[in-house]
Amino acid sequence: MFGASLLAAGMPSWAVTDSPGGPAVRQLNFQQPVTKIAEEIYSLHTMMLIICLVIFIAVFAVMFYSILKHRKSLGHKSATFHESTAVEIAWTVVPFLIVIGMALPATKTVVAMKDTSNADITIKATGMQWKWGYDYLNGEGQGINFLSNLATPREQIVDSSVAKNENYLIEVDNPVVVPVNKKIRMVLTANDVIHAWMIPAFGVKQDAIPGFVRDTWFRAEKIGTYRGQCAELCGKDHAFMPIVVNVVSEEDYKKWVDDKKKEMAANADDPTKTWTLDELIQRGEKVYSANCVACHQANGKGVPGSFPALDGGPLVLGPKAGQIDIVMHGKNAMPAWGPVLSPTEIAAVITYTRNSWSNKAAENIVQPAEIVAARK
Amino acid sequence: MEMSTQHTEAPYYFVPGPSRWPLLAGMSMLVVMIGASAWVNGASWGSYVNLIGLIGVLYVLYHWFGDAIKESESGLYNKRIDVSFRWSMSWFIFSEVMFFGAFFGALFYARSITMPWLADLDHKILWPDFAAHWGNIGPAGTVESFATMGPFWIPTINTALLLTSGITLTISHHAIRANHRSQAAIWLFATILLGAIFMGFQAYEYIHAYSELNLKLTSGIYGSTFFLLTGFHGFHVTMGAIMLSVVLYRILKGHFTPDHHFAFEGAAWYWHFVDVVWLGLYVVVYWL
Amino acid sequence: MSTTAVDHTHNAAHGHDHAHDHPHGWRRWVYATNHKDIGTLYLWFSFVMLLSGGTLAMLIRAELFHPGLQLMQPEFFNQLTTMHGIMMVFGAIMPAFVGFANWMVPLQIGASDMAFARMNNFSFWLLPPAAILLVLSFFVPGGATAAGWTLYAPLTVQMGPGMDMAIFALHIMGASSIMGSINIIVTILNMRAPGMTLMKMPMFCWTWLITAYLLLAVMPVLAGAITMTLTDRHFGTSFFNAAGGGDPVMYQHIFWFFGHPEVYIMILPAFGIVSHIIPAFARKQLFGYASMVYATASIAILSFMVWAHHMFTTGMPVTAQLFFMYATMLIAVPTGVKIFNWVATMWRGSMTFETPMLFAIGFIFVFTMGGFTGLILAVTPIDIQLQDTYYVVAHFHYVLVAGSLFALFAGFYYWGPKWTGHMYNELRGKIHFWGSLITFNITFFPMHFLGLAGMPRRYADYPAQFTDFNMIASIGGIGFGLMQVYFLFAVVLPTIRGGAPAADKPWDGAEGLEWTVPSPAPFHTFETPPTVK
Ligand code: HEA
Ligand code: HEA
Ligand code: CUA
Ligand SMILES: [Cu+2]
Repeated sequence: MFGASLLAAGMPSWAVTDSPGGPAVRQLNFQQPVTKIAEEIYSLHTMMLIICLVIFIAVFAVMFYSILKHRKSLGHKSATFHESTAVEIAWTVVPFLIVIGMALPATKTVVAMKDTSNADITIKATGMQWKWGYDYLNGEGQGINFLSNLATPREQIVDSSVAKNENYLIEVDNPVVVPVNKKIRMVLTANDVIHAWMIPAFGVKQDAIPGFVRDTWFRAEKIGTYRGQCAELCGKDHAFMPIVVNVVSEEDYKKWVDDKKKEMAANADDPTKTWTLDELIQRGEKVYSANCVACHQANGKGVPGSFPALDGGPLVLGPKAGQIDIVMHGKNAMPAWGPVLSPTEIAAVITYTRNSWSNKAAENIVQPAEIVAARK
Repeated sequence: MEMSTQHTEAPYYFVPGPSRWPLLAGMSMLVVMIGASAWVNGASWGSYVNLIGLIGVLYVLYHWFGDAIKESESGLYNKRIDVSFRWSMSWFIFSEVMFFGAFFGALFYARSITMPWLADLDHKILWPDFAAHWGNIGPAGTVESFATMGPFWIPTINTALLLTSGITLTISHHAIRANHRSQAAIWLFATILLGAIFMGFQAYEYIHAYSELNLKLTSGIYGSTFFLLTGFHGFHVTMGAIMLSVVLYRILKGHFTPDHHFAFEGAAWYWHFVDVVWLGLYVVVYWL
Repeated sequence: MSTTAVDHTHNAAHGHDHAHDHPHGWRRWVYATNHKDIGTLYLWFSFVMLLSGGTLAMLIRAELFHPGLQLMQPEFFNQLTTMHGIMMVFGAIMPAFVGFANWMVPLQIGASDMAFARMNNFSFWLLPPAAILLVLSFFVPGGATAAGWTLYAPLTVQMGPGMDMAIFALHIMGASSIMGSINIIVTILNMRAPGMTLMKMPMFCWTWLITAYLLLAVMPVLAGAITMTLTDRHFGTSFFNAAGGGDPVMYQHIFWFFGHPEVYIMILPAFGIVSHIIPAFARKQLFGYASMVYATASIAILSFMVWAHHMFTTGMPVTAQLFFMYATMLIAVPTGVKIFNWVATMWRGSMTFETPMLFAIGFIFVFTMGGFTGLILAVTPIDIQLQDTYYVVAHFHYVLVAGSLFALFAGFYYWGPKWTGHMYNELRGKIHFWGSLITFNITFFPMHFLGLAGMPRRYADYPAQFTDFNMIASIGGIGFGLMQVYFLFAVVLPTIRGGAPAADKPWDGAEGLEWTVPSPAPFHTFETPPTVK
């Protein structure tokens, strides 16, 4: 069965190619640094590796010499010495000095990594189970916000028999876009549990802690696409919330900002509009598959014991106020969607769940205006 | 080595023979924990199973300590075992100190590090209206407002009670050393009584907190630290009082001699430890 | 310490047993108050847990053999990782060392038994209930906890009832450890044979004494942390919830205040074991006994000041990052002293290389590699790059498997003859050593590369570029697992059932009171203590 599933995976490892801006095949060292900080980390690591190797070789050269020469089978008689204060002091002091020598250059980098002042652009990233939300808070592009999901559809992820492309875990639908050579300050927070925002090529990793903001920064020096993944265990789809940053030229960035703003304006929903049932269901299905399937599953059956079924769920079939409350404010593992989705999206997804699978709720339609009212 | 209370048959170091109690205690703990797991998750049978387990534990402890007391009274415990008991009780109390340390540490951290953090400039993005003052209702507005608990008067009276109980306990100890057994019993009884009054006040304070101050376990980090610190302290007072009651019972049964009464001393150390923890609580939880 | 000479006029290793307290059949084990029997129980328990935890590891490696989800869904994978960590740390490694302490501490200090024999058995009998709770938790709705062995809040708040079972299991394992430590401390402080001053005491006892203090200091803190988790889950407290003014990072501080000393709890007794084996097979006294004692104590003290090196990516203030970096790196100094002393002990010795010695040398060699990767992780900027990647997984398996576990194997081969009365088969021992050493490195060495390249840990599925090293690791893992099955069937069981009878002192270079009693050690030893000159 194991062998069969291997075949079914249909993606022999030798056919995989390097992912530029992400991991290379059989990569032995850090990814190619594209920021000053990442370079410093790279050379710190090289320094540490060399020093450690030298000590390692020195210590074990002595040990293996002894092992080879001072053996009984060669007739070696054991000596009787068993202490020497001078030697003890020497091998306490020398390593102490070595350790100080290692820590000093690192200190400079620590201080530099922490300096998030004077950023050109500030972006807030919000970790959510299991996607990232981005808000451009300051600088050019201010006001842009979007959600960034794994691009590979969930049905493909859970089904190993589907052939996928080789970057299927490190692609997103909406990448972060930033201009090259600009200091970007990332402000991290989370909605539900702790996540971590990491881009190896930038030397950046920062936990996103619910209820708190933490920051970090980078200044990418090379145009390209850089890939990272969530680096803090955040529940079942921890492995499926990648991060992609497109570093583009200044002109391209301007263009992207313009396009993105137009796109947002075009998509902006008027929360006072009244929708038809079909419209809402159609829209809701999209919202559902982007945000809800991870837990409640495409068939609405949930995961027994962990995530409640919506198909036939009492809350979904009952009065809509109860469902609106839970969707807006969350409860236990259910996140609060009020601050994440627009009123239209929430209205749509609730309407969708009330009319899907075997569900035929009595109160079968929720309008955006009701969500706006519930926000108050 | 010479042993003052040594019987002729006392071995160099007494090692008890096979005993069923450790195994039964372990199994009872399993029942306790299964019951507890079910209980906290709302299964109706959980509390019963938990209770059955607890009864099992108590049953075992009763017999286990009974065995130990019998051995002690029949002179099997020599001076060296006495020293073992002393070491073990001291280090057990040390581990209890560390347990309280975790909660004191949580209080310190939440108050001195987390709270200013949540209110700083960066966090205005998330919590624009949060102002740092201890006894806040948390930044999200999910906690109902409540009043905090000051040091007057119940906690102060309680401090006096516990300090007094430390003195009565010491008097009782001196009495037993002087072989004034009835004196010892009376002062020990007074100590337990003071402990019981303390617990009565504590219960009253909780009722007051819930009904008048709206201060509950769910009252944000203030309520969390307040109730867990005072609650675990109260639990330890109860344990200490039970230990002292057993000691009292043993005094009345004629156990202990002026120079061989470690059970008394161990319980007394524990009581003083509980006392000291209270002083910490009094300052950190109620005053500051 | 090797000046330890025994005054045989007092030698009380009588062969006869008291009929009244030498029970037979199952009662002997379940009602045991004998330190040797309880030690044996501990050792078997921990071995069973090693196999269980190892089986979970095999499932992990099988899933990671290839990218994609082939054998299981990610939620189950996370349960496996979590339970693997918990079972190995609390079920396999820690109880194994307690088993060694039970067997060897009284024998080494010339005591008749542990100070509190019944409590000793209670410490043991809390462990199977804890294991039962952990195993049962797989079968409750939602399954076992999947929050990682570190049980970070607030993910723990989302878990099902399995989480509570794990919390309660940890509570009782903690109680067991606290009682066990008290027992060991009291035994060592109060029951040493006349003449055995602290500075004449065998290194294994020293390391355990210090370990026991670590346990006493940190197990209650863990209990506090998970109790707060419990109340956050069920009783509406806000310790780790920002909405109520709490802080998830506070959990990490409390946990790692326990967690870092915990890793030294798992290595100090290993240092102790190795400090006996190296001198025995170099036929030369341990070099720098006193400095070994001081180094052990320094490691223990420093271990309370480094915990936040697990939290560099939480965004601590820069001063805290620097403090914890410096403090962490300092630990290399006393650890280095230990390594150097062992090498100096071998230097100009008269060495032979029986299996215990092989495992001890293997320990020094591979543990040092793990120590160096630890040092590299201690450098804050590098750690920020490597935190929560497979580099960390590689680091800690180097120190835990090739460190703690290899030392345990070394100890088994060294003292096993005393326990069973039989010599193990030397050839099989050597096969076990070389097989383990090689497959161990095949399994865990490639993980360094994976981590450097950025593969996060606790991932059920990984980008395809990481495939090759994962395949190598999985293949090595199976090999390593099979070597342990071989150990059980080809070494342990045959040695218990039979084999060449062991002399009272099977190693001509060995020192210490444990070798003055017959092999196998009789039920009662040192009922009147020997005198150490
Ligand atoms: C037996 C267990 C054990 C031991 C002994 C150690 C030993 C050390 N560990 Fe390790 N560690 C773990 C078990 C252990 N660790 C575990 C389980 C984790 C992960 C937990 C989790 O997240 O799940 C971890 C994680 C971990 C991290 C966090 C990584 C991360 O998550 O980002 C760090 C960072 O500083 C670290 C550092 C160290 C250091 C500096 C030592 C030092 O003690 C090493 C000292 C030894 C040497 C340095 C080698 C010998 C010395 C010489 C030969 C002298 C000369 C040397 C010099 C002068 C350089 N460890
Ligand atoms: C304390 C000791 C310890 C030990 C001994 C081991 C032993 C092993 N561990 Fe480790 N491991 C941890 C402690 C330990 N581990 C910890 C603390 C974590 C972190 C958990 C977390 O992230 O929360 C971890 C995590 C961890 C991971 C990362 C999982 C992830 O991040 O998702 C991996 C992956 O390969 C792994 C593999 C292994 C392997 C292959 C072994 C092997 O050495 C095991 C070998 C033993 C056997 C295999 C048993 C004997 C064989 C049988 C019973 C027969 C069946 C076997 C076959 C069919 C071959 N472990
Ligand atoms: Cu989000 Cu892991
Ligand atoms: Cu550590």
